[in-house]
Amino acid sequence: MTGFRLQLGGRVDRSRTVTFSFDGVRYQGFAGDTLASALLANGVSLFGRSFKYHRPRGLLAAGSEEPNALVSVTRGPGRFTPNLRATGVEIYEGLEAVSQNRWPSLKTDLGAVNDRLGMFLPAGFYNKTFMWPRSFWDKLYEPAIRKMAGLGDAPTEEDPDHYAATYAHCDLLIVGAGPAGIEAALEACGTDKRVVLIDEQDELGGGALSDPAQWAWLADSVARLEQAGNVTLLTRTTAFGYYHDNFIGAVERLTDHMTQPGEGAREKLWRIRAGEVVLAQGAIERPLVFAGNDVPGVMLASAARTYLHRHGVAVGKSVALMAAHDSGWHDAFAHARAGVKVAAIIDVRSEVDGALRVEAAALGITVHLGSSVIGVNGRHRVNGIEVCVGGRGAATRIACDTLLMAGGWTPSVHLWSHSKGSLAWRDDIGAYVPDKPNENVRCVGACSGKWDFGKGQVIDMLPTPRSPARIKAFVDFQNDVTAKDIKLAVREGFRSIEHIKRYTTNGMATDQGKTSNLNGLQIASQALGRPVVDVGLTTFRPPYTPQTFGALAGHAKDALFQPLRKSPIDGWAEANGAVFELVAQWRRARYFPRGRESMLAAVNRECRAVRSAVGMFDASTLGKIEVVGPDAAEFLNRMYTNPWKGLEPGRCRYGLLLKEDGFITDDGVSARLAPDRFHLTTTTGGAARVLNMMEDYLQTEWPDLNVWLTSTTEQWAVIAVQGPLARGVIAPLVEGIDLSPDAFPHMAVREGTICGVPTRLFRVSFTGELGFEINVPAAYGRAVWEAIHAAGKPFGIVPYGTEAMHVLRAEKGFIIVGQDTDGTVTPDDAGLGWAVGKKKPDFVGKRSLARPDIVAAGRKQLVGLLTDDPAEVLEEGAQIVADPNQAVPMTMIGHVTSSYWSEALGRSIALAVVAGGRGRMGEALFVPMPGRAIRATVSGMVFHDAEGARLNV
Amino acid sequence: MMLIHCPYCGERRPEIEFAYAGEAHVARPVDPSAYTDEEWERFLFIRANPRGRHNERWRHIHGCGRFFNAVRDTVTDKFETTYKAGEPRK
Ligand SMILES: [Zn+2]
Repeated sequence: MTGFRLQLGGRVDRSRTVTFSFDGVRYQGFAGDTLASALLANGVSLFGRSFKYHRPRGLLAAGSEEPNALVSVTRGPGRFTPNLRATGVEIYEGLEAVSQNRWPSLKTDLGAVNDRLGMFLPAGFYNKTFMWPRSFWDKLYEPAIRKMAGLGDAPTEEDPDHYAATYAHCDLLIVGAGPAGIEAALEACGTDKRVVLIDEQDELGGGALSDPAQWAWLADSVARLEQAGNVTLLTRTTAFGYYHDNFIGAVERLTDHMTQPGEGAREKLWRIRAGEVVLAQGAIERPLVFAGNDVPGVMLASAARTYLHRHGVAVGKSVALMAAHDSGWHDAFAHARAGVKVAAIIDVRSEVDGALRVEAAALGITVHLGSSVIGVNGRHRVNGIEVCVGGRGAATRIACDTLLMAGGWTPSVHLWSHSKGSLAWRDDIGAYVPDKPNENVRCVGACSGKWDFGKGQVIDMLPTPRSPARIKAFVDFQNDVTAKDIKLAVREGFRSIEHIKRYTTNGMATDQGKTSNLNGLQIASQALGRPVVDVGLTTFRPPYTPQTFGALAGHAKDALFQPLRKSPIDGWAEANGAVFELVAQWRRARYFPRGRESMLAAVNRECRAVRSAVGMFDASTLGKIEVVGPDAAEFLNRMYTNPWKGLEPGRCRYGLLLKEDGFITDDGVSARLAPDRFHLTTTTGGAARVLNMMEDYLQTEWPDLNVWLTSTTEQWAVIAVQGPLARGVIAPLVEGIDLSPDAFPHMAVREGTICGVPTRLFRVSFTGELGFEINVPAAYGRAVWEAIHAAGKPFGIVPYGTEAMHVLRAEKGFIIVGQDTDGTVTPDDAGLGWAVGKKKPDFVGKRSLARPDIVAAGRKQLVGLLTDDPAEVLEEGAQIVADPNQAVPMTMIGHVTSSYWSEALGRSIALAVVAGGRGRMGEALFVPMPGRAIRATVSGMVFHDAEGARLNV
Repeated sequence: MMLIHCPYCGERRPEIEFAYAGEAHVARPVDPSAYTDEEWERFLFIRANPRGRHNERWRHIHGCGRFFNAVRDTVTDKFETTYKAGEPRK
């Protein structure tokens, strides 16, 4: 034996040496080693520092339940992964891993002072201590806690890897490829079922990998599964969550074990819908609770056997066993037979199966029955244990460098619990087992509570003569929760395990209490003097083990984070230097700077062009709905506040849409093209919502109406040409439409052609100038846009963006639903009472307009606001008060909804909602800002061309 | 992610194809103006919110587009049945 590697045995490939580093020190292991097994082979026992007390910690386990040995792995810029369990990190040539939660080094950690202060850090310490004074929190407590607590460091650079995702459907999904899972898969071999078998480890086999007697069977079984055409085998794949209707989320790790990851995806997220699920997750061995049970070198007996048989590594040179269960005896025997010295077997039970005693005797192992370990010597590594009989009397010291714990087994019911299957308590094994399923699922093997590991005694803590108040016997290793903490929580009045868990944080670390929940429950049950089932059980939630954000996000990042909608004219805007903004999911041109022009300068220039000559604007993003059918007018009459039945074909109308509660939800100008056909427009962001709402009424309230709704938003490109010269620009391009003011007045619609392309030409204005909105089929949008742009050159045409559009509409007092309204604004509040059909017997929202709160005086109303200083542009969203000298907190009477520099007026303008606003015309109000209050006067909402003369040209 | 049976398509499809649409069988009165303020308030805002069987509306918004009704248990989150709009409460 060199170091701790045995001469023989294990499934590692001894012909392939792998060099890696841990905390900067180079080590060698074999292909097939985990970081944990390779470091053990090199005699490393110290793996990390604990969360709260910074106690030295070694390996507890060999699988994904490992709470202590959390490491970070770095593979170059952006490829830094914290909080990996060393037991699950496969070594590869050049692997660089570091320990966590220590400073400056693992062996010399200043945070360990917490351990000496341990008695001052009881359960709820943070809650109790750092509450007061409040002002200390931000500056003192939080930074200090952040530095001292916490696990690995968060990555600081962007992750350059990419992550794949896939959907899979199968008849049978088996989670866990231990013997039980493999048997279930073999049963389905050769049937017509599509089978998926998942396992988190790098090879199939589960517990059989730690039992050489099963290797021949395993090799044969795996070969049969690989040859079966109907079984998909997924290794290195963790089923992390079980969701409704047999929907399982799993992450497959594709490259983390490779020296050269290549260009492929790092991980793949599987979303699997299964007809039937078989859970074969196995069971996890339970630690025992006693003083010193966290000293490096104290570990689960079954884990030691895994290192022995699977990796060919002895966990120590002189091993003792503390058992409450038969299984640990067999683990000790395995060590003895492999040539590892077994210093003693201590069992808390006074009597054990005679066969065990006979075998122990045959192997020359000293046995202490009815005894318990009451102390562990050593800080960075066990060097001995103290044992006493029956928890009383003098302690005997036994020299050893490793102590195995065999506390019995806990079925892994995690996914079963995700699926909302019920659990039943079994006193004989001291654990919850699956009871009634909530999905088409069954549990097989150890996770069902059926196993052949022998018998045991369920015990909350090992008996000890020492004062329970003076010992640290750990229950939750990752969150540093001791038995004393749980008892304290009970003394302080906590009764339910859900509350005890949150108060002590037992089971709330990244391992979700895989090794601690049941011990915590037993201790609470004993302390309360009530059976475990009355104390309750905590709920397992996904993920089973922590998963990377990358795997869950998959391709949904950067440009693929969400769909980006572009208008047909977007390419022209991009080519012409537009600065864009996102509106809903649309990318819209905000302004078109010339050279190094600032936004304000560009917007002012664009506004001047529209007011003095002509501008053009891409309005394609407007929501559009084609409403067709004999009852179309009746339908719109019921939906909108104003009358629609009398609207003549060829005319447009501004429509105001309320929800049934009477508040404005959308607006837009719509046209009647024929008696049975309307072209509706909605706000850019409201299109889908409005269509959904209209479908709802049509399908469920008025199914008798013969009306069809079709979203045409993306079928039409819309080009707004606005300004006193607009008619002259488009006239040469339009055919079949008389554009003269008498033939084609404001708020009219005509069909004809422009540039030879069919058009629905609206004469409408959102700027207050003579204006046209030219609808052409989307595919022609850019060509028509470019033709208009060329035709407009002699007129000085200027493309303008959404920012100028906002200024121009605000100068006219036109509202933007969702900016000037917020879901609590009625038509009257918005000054749109004129748009409500007083004679209509009903429309959506009408009844609500008569509700007492809606007709009450003093509601917030939309008004104009002019600052005393014309150069002062208010902040949108700023609060408004009547008296700036009142005491804080002030009575806020409204807020600014829109605010701009108006180039046409040569001053700032704003819209605001103000309590009783229309009754305050001319009144001075104040907008408090840091260090000052801005004085402004309430005005009407229309700042420019109040009589509308500019429209009628 | 649940599977929901669309009574119009006749298929169980993933939840992401559907949108929830509130309690079912809350019919808009033929003449809202005849309602008292209290009655209108009940229609607008007051919902059963039961623990257990809940008649509710869904829309197969990314499928056929139809609104339909369902009975779902709010404790187990399981659908008991789905049925077409206009059919009597189940
Ligand atoms: Zn459908």
